[in-house]
Amino acid sequence: MSDFYSVRSRIIQIIFAATFLVIILQLFNLQVLSSTKYTLMATDQAIYRKVIYPSRGLIIDRKKKVILDNTTLFDLTVVPGQLKQGCDTILLCQILNISVDEFKKRIINNIVKNGRYQPSVFEALLDEKTYARLSEKMTRFQPAFDLVERPVRKYPFEAAAHVFGYLAEVDPKFLEKYGAEGYRQGDYAGMTGLERSYEKVLMGQRGIQYWNRDNKNRPTQPYQGGKFDTAAIAGSNLYSSLDINLQALGEQLMANKIGSVVAIDPQTGGILAMVSAPSYSPTLLTGNQRRKHFSELYTDPRLPLYNRAITGEYSPGSTFKTLQAIVGMQEGVITQNSGYPCRGGYYECGTGKPKCHGAGHSPNLAAAIAVSCNSYFANVYRKLLEQNKYPNVDSALAVWDQYMYNFGLGHRLGVDLPSERGGYIPTPKRYQKVFGPRWHACNTISNSIGQGEVNSTVLQLTNAIAMIANKGWYYTPHLVDSIEGGDQFELLAKYRQRIEPVHIPDSMFEAVHEGMARVMKPGGTAWRLAIEGVDMCGKTGTVENYYKGKKQKDHSFFAAFAPRDNPKIAIACIVENGGFGATIAAPIVSLMVEQYLHDSISAKRQEWISRYSSQRILPARIADEIRKRDSLRQMKQAAQIEAELVRQTKAETGIEEEPDTNATRPAPARPAAPAPRPDSTEMPLGYYLPQDERRRKTDNGPHYS
Amino acid sequence: MRPQNQIISKGISWWLPLFYLLLVSIGIVAIFSVEYRPEATLLQTITGLKTNYSKQLLFLAICLVLATLILLTDSKFFTATSNLFYAFGIVLLLATFVVGKEINGSHSWIPLGFMNLQPAETCKIFVALALAKYLSRMETDFRKWQTHAIAIGLSLAPAAFSILQNETGLALVYFAFFLPLYREGLPPAYLIVGASAAVLVVAAVLIEPNTLFFILTGLAVLSFLLLRRRIRRNKNVLLILVGAYLLSVGVQRFAVPFLFEKIMQPYQVERIMSMFGKDYVPKDAKAAEALMREKAKMGKIGKDGKKEENYNVKQSKIALGSGGLAGKGFLKGAVTQGEFVPAQHTDFIFTALGESFGFWGSTLVCLIYLGMLMLILGMAERQRSTFSRVYGYSVAAIIFFHVVVNICMTIGMAPVIGIPLPLISYGGSSLLTFTVLIFIFVRLDADRQVVLR
Repeated sequence: MSDFYSVRSRIIQIIFAATFLVIILQLFNLQVLSSTKYTLMATDQAIYRKVIYPSRGLIIDRKKKVILDNTTLFDLTVVPGQLKQGCDTILLCQILNISVDEFKKRIINNIVKNGRYQPSVFEALLDEKTYARLSEKMTRFQPAFDLVERPVRKYPFEAAAHVFGYLAEVDPKFLEKYGAEGYRQGDYAGMTGLERSYEKVLMGQRGIQYWNRDNKNRPTQPYQGGKFDTAAIAGSNLYSSLDINLQALGEQLMANKIGSVVAIDPQTGGILAMVSAPSYSPTLLTGNQRRKHFSELYTDPRLPLYNRAITGEYSPGSTFKTLQAIVGMQEGVITQNSGYPCRGGYYECGTGKPKCHGAGHSPNLAAAIAVSCNSYFANVYRKLLEQNKYPNVDSALAVWDQYMYNFGLGHRLGVDLPSERGGYIPTPKRYQKVFGPRWHACNTISNSIGQGEVNSTVLQLTNAIAMIANKGWYYTPHLVDSIEGGDQFELLAKYRQRIEPVHIPDSMFEAVHEGMARVMKPGGTAWRLAIEGVDMCGKTGTVENYYKGKKQKDHSFFAAFAPRDNPKIAIACIVENGGFGATIAAPIVSLMVEQYLHDSISAKRQEWISRYSSQRILPARIADEIRKRDSLRQMKQAAQIEAELVRQTKAETGIEEEPDTNATRPAPARPAAPAPRPDSTEMPLGYYLPQDERRRKTDNGPHYS
Repeated sequence: MRPQNQIISKGISWWLPLFYLLLVSIGIVAIFSVEYRPEATLLQTITGLKTNYSKQLLFLAICLVLATLILLTDSKFFTATSNLFYAFGIVLLLATFVVGKEINGSHSWIPLGFMNLQPAETCKIFVALALAKYLSRMETDFRKWQTHAIAIGLSLAPAAFSILQNETGLALVYFAFFLPLYREGLPPAYLIVGASAAVLVVAAVLIEPNTLFFILTGLAVLSFLLLRRRIRRNKNVLLILVGAYLLSVGVQRFAVPFLFEKIMQPYQVERIMSMFGKDYVPKDAKAAEALMREKAKMGKIGKDGKKEENYNVKQSKIALGSGGLAGKGFLKGAVTQGEFVPAQHTDFIFTALGESFGFWGSTLVCLIYLGMLMLILGMAERQRSTFSRVYGYSVAAIIFFHVVVNICMTIGMAPVIGIPLPLISYGGSSLLTFTVLIFIFVRLDADRQVVLR
């Protein structure tokens, strides 16, 4: 064999070896140097992290009744890729009451969202009837369709919607903020109320299961036999201070009104009831109509989603006089025996304002409180600000402010609900700005009777009453007394601290108590509303208010505590535009106190419940807005019904072409009366308007009302 | 004369059959690991012949019978019939145009009822035999260019048919025959010119025409400057230079675009382009629409060819890369078990090994192949007859080409063309072809002392 050929064969061998060397080097690069990267990618796509949701914690009221519970609803899920294996589409559409087009649209949406081989929700949170009908016929839709359990909140008493708040799917903003706590897209979290403030406790601890999955994202088998899985731990139960019966009664009494009631146990600071009217059924915000209900509530002019007890800031009105009295006595400008004439108004500022409802002379403090004498407290206020003790009116007001802050006004109390507001106590700085450096007590005399710049929430007002009842101290109001399994997150620590920033002698409180007790006795402003066998102390308030510069009907206020000697309940109520304090707020408070102390309403007053709850007190402006909204909706409905009718008629008569809309319609083509249809009973009146008339109005839609 | 039973096994080198069995066993294990699901009972799947690995076992049994038959055949049979086989192969390839069936977009299959035959695949054997026969003829003078032309023509004729049948991958395999030709003394100039032409065509596909034009012009000027002394001595060099320049520009400017736009179908062009990772959008709007319809028919709705290819390569790299140094262990590959790698039991079988056994495993497989190739080369060199040597080199070249292209495809170093990994990939016809190819050589090697013509 010549050299020539052996060189060539050697070259071929070298080519072979070199090529394999290159391949092995690239394998080294892939499998050793970049292995981490590819392992990560492999894990990402081949291992499925299934989150196991624990059941959410329950809420239990002070009488050990479960007031917030869990229940299971069902989602109808679909795997579009399996539809070919048979499914009675027509029957399914019938049961769900959707059209075949809608069915197709949803399937396509599901494919776009989750792909063909992933189960996606076809119809969420089925109601009981639909669920029953579906599960009966399920074999006709399987394997593509399946019913999947989904835990949802249940409200056994249908009450306290504002207190509980609601759950909602987390949005990107929420994820940005709390993503680190393990939330993922599609999770539900508490958005308002206790669900929000105790989210950490209620949500429990999620479990995680690792699954292998295939190229179509279907889980196949537990990863490494479930070695890395963690179990879910159920959320802890909350023991609330609420009395659900009291709460329900409060909501019933506040029906058809706008306003709020808060009741506190003065000895613990635990909130017994927190009503915000109008309320709504918390169940509305669960189930598959959630979105629709939410937008309805959201657009309601009465703002039912708004918890007025903690976010509504009102002038406290005459109920504020009780605090004024205590400051006056503590500062020494009056004693409990000081008297002041009450002749239709306060004349020392030269204007005769504030006017006085009562007449005659208030011989002492108790009497002044009992008849709610405006001039008496105007005098106290003026004396307070013009004391010689303090160099000027600014410093005197600062002292007055400090008292108010100590009573829990002018700042957030720190109740365990989100979005609490702090009210407002006017500062010297503010008056410097408004009136200039030479302002004086007369400029701001309305503060004396809880009008003017003073603002507080109902919760703050109730808390102040609780403090008066306790003779000088309070616990920060709160809804949750204890957490099952201990307070791991230190959420309750601040509710265990007794707050008494300044010591005020008991005698001063007793004087105020006396006045408040007389309110409930003959001669007092709310004497008709005394409860038999209960020594109740109360104070009415009637608050002037303006909307866009226009004077509205007065707000009706009432604040009370009972029993006088060993207070068990402090309570305040406001009914917006309800008139005198004694006309509506006081009866509501009286009934609630009776319910709480006696656990029932006496037969004599049973009738009051329906009387007051049926009383419809809507401010004119809101009634206007509701009317406006409703009429718009009616018009839309009418238009819809008409379109439907035309369609039906066409189908019945076989007339294909669209009749000229401007010409008069061929009368015979339409049934003389609307066909009896289930919703025709609710057909709005507007529907029966003559045809042409209605069209004109529809065209000008918004101008209709 | 020795007794019959001694003759059969005499001179047979058992090393190559051992390598063969080792690789086929690795293959069956790999196919098993791709298909294994913990739920299924083992015995049932094997006896039921429903799974690929059980079918592959059956194929192996058939192949072993065939191998025994080949070993029992006289070596002279192969030299005597090689031309006949070649003619038969060409007839089969031609018949494909008439009775052929389209599978996966390539019109290169003949349905036989129980299986589909791909003549372009089996033709490799016939070409190897025919080439060996031609070069071993007494009258063949391998120094003449006519001989070169005939040899190259013999090798590439099936490739041309294969391309026409839209089976580009298999066609490329026939270029492996340049290796035995090189060993037999083909001047390197052929390889250089051939390689340059290939580079030019690929460049014409990949590089923007004007840029390529400037590159070519630059190259011409550069060679002119480098060769100016020789040009002064011999004007012919200049002529060749200018000629080559004009020819390449002609190919780049006119021939390739003409070929792509006028002669070939859009989907064919698309396949070629996607092999290089490029999207192809025909200039003609009507043609573009037709191409989209063609793609939709092939089940690539919404995804263009490029994306499909990228997905394969990406998944293949993930499977290999996540295997790491030592692998995840047999049957523990999450990527394999999740069926993420398309065609994993056939073209991408190497990834299953790489994921389970890691870098050590995949390197070992490479080394086994290299060992087998070196063994074949060594065996080829010890042949007394040219026929056996050329045939041996052909076998080595074909296996080498398959292994390299297939593995490079899985590690992202070569375009994805459907070339199986010899002896390991699932597939009856591929296993059969390689069995015949290898065992004929084992048979020829047994008679290495005889000069066969």
